[in-house]
Amino acid sequence: MQQGSIITDEMKEQLGVEGTPTILEVEKGHIRMMAEALGDPNPLWQDEEYAKKTRYGGIIAPPALLCNARAGTGRGVQMKSPFLRALAGGDELEYYLPVRPGDVITSVSKIAEYNEREGRRGKMLFTIIETTYKNQRGEVVATSRSTYISY
Amino acid sequence: MAKQLYYEDVEVGIEIPPLVKRPTTRQLVQWAGASGDYYELHYDKDFAQAQGFPNVLVHGKLKFGLLGQMLTDWIGEGGILRKLSCSYRGTDFPGEDLVCKGRVANKYVKDGEHIVECEIWTENPGGEKTTPGNATVILPSRAQDKKEA
Amino acid sequence: MKKQLYYEDVEVGSEVTPLAKIATTQMLVKWAGASGDFNPLHYEDTFAANQGVGSPIVHGALKRAWLGHLMTDWIGEQGLLKRLSCQYRGMDKPRKMASMISPEEGETWWCKGTVTKKYIEDDQHIVECDIWVENGREEKTTPGTATVILPSREAKS
Repeated sequence: MQQGSIITDEMKEQLGVEGTPTILEVEKGHIRMMAEALGDPNPLWQDEEYAKKTRYGGIIAPPALLCNARAGTGRGVQMKSPFLRALAGGDELEYYLPVRPGDVITSVSKIAEYNEREGRRGKMLFTIIETTYKNQRGEVVATSRSTYISY
Repeated sequence: MAKQLYYEDVEVGIEIPPLVKRPTTRQLVQWAGASGDYYELHYDKDFAQAQGFPNVLVHGKLKFGLLGQMLTDWIGEGGILRKLSCSYRGTDFPGEDLVCKGRVANKYVKDGEHIVECEIWTENPGGEKTTPGNATVILPSRAQDKKEA
Repeated sequence: MKKQLYYEDVEVGSEVTPLAKIATTQMLVKWAGASGDFNPLHYEDTFAANQGVGSPIVHGALKRAWLGHLMTDWIGEQGLLKRLSCQYRGMDKPRKMASMISPEEGETWWCKGTVTKKYIEDDQHIVECDIWVENGREEKTTPGTATVILPSREAKS
């Protein structure tokens, strides 16, 4: 390891280790709160009668439902950093199956990478977290790759 | 029900109908509650200023969600959002316009799926792309519909 | 499971077991989300200043919920909370957060109560209490009353 690296051996040992699973019980009320927070009036997220007539046959969750703290991105793993300031760097979600009210989504995250860079604000640490989301039938509904920046 | 978009309707270069948003502090607090992200940077102005920002910031993942709204509005119920990614490059503040935009970068058929790839981003009032990203969607095809019928 | 409180355990003047609370800016945002009360008075500095309260204040309904917590902790699983009322007399200002998980040093609030009356009516063992939220200067910012029904040792046997 080069002199002055902020990535310690302890951090390297964490790489690829699956964290504690997080469980999200998907509820209509939560989906509605999310749609309200987005300002997204799409009836597919809220109107059961409407949604029944679509190919989905009922309410489904908007894409945002699996991309937030409650869904478990980065939960159950201990991100290490020598810095106190933190920002989200980006998110990439791949969706395989719709998520519906009543689904029980189990997400498991792991730290995939630690990278360090010199930025405008000095040395920065980029942490990449990968998460797999499965429903109650064990089907993978989505995977994600999220970047967190600390500096 | 909105008119369904078909694979045959899109060409490389066409624009996704923009979605104009102006997040408020209230919306940020609503998002904190819905998402479970209670980082003070998004509601405590003193905290944000101590971190070197002039005001509280719009959550990155809220911008992700808004880009998702633009796409699901566009592809309709017959379309499937397969992939959505974006980077939180620039900061956005409540009370300012945040416009979600996109354009078609590629279209092709693979394994019987009609796939459309897009560049997407959010734009601040200065015209800067604060949240650039990519999306992959699968659209229904008029040709396929005809075959099945 | 906690020890159950019985009707025979309380007398007029008995203290409801006090409950300490710390209001934080983060807790107010959580309460806004959970309750659906997104009045900016509780999270936006500029709005609160323009409303003449200086800075964001604790939701009255959150303090009421604290008093509910005080009572349900005290009466246990076999007790029944029949009535709870309180008045929002004084404003409370949350502590800021020092980090994501810990608040800055500052004020601690106490939820307290005393038994004012006990009686049996229609076979129910009823206890009435004065309750309140007290700020760091021992001022009662949120006084109220509560009525609970407790199990009785005698009725049990």
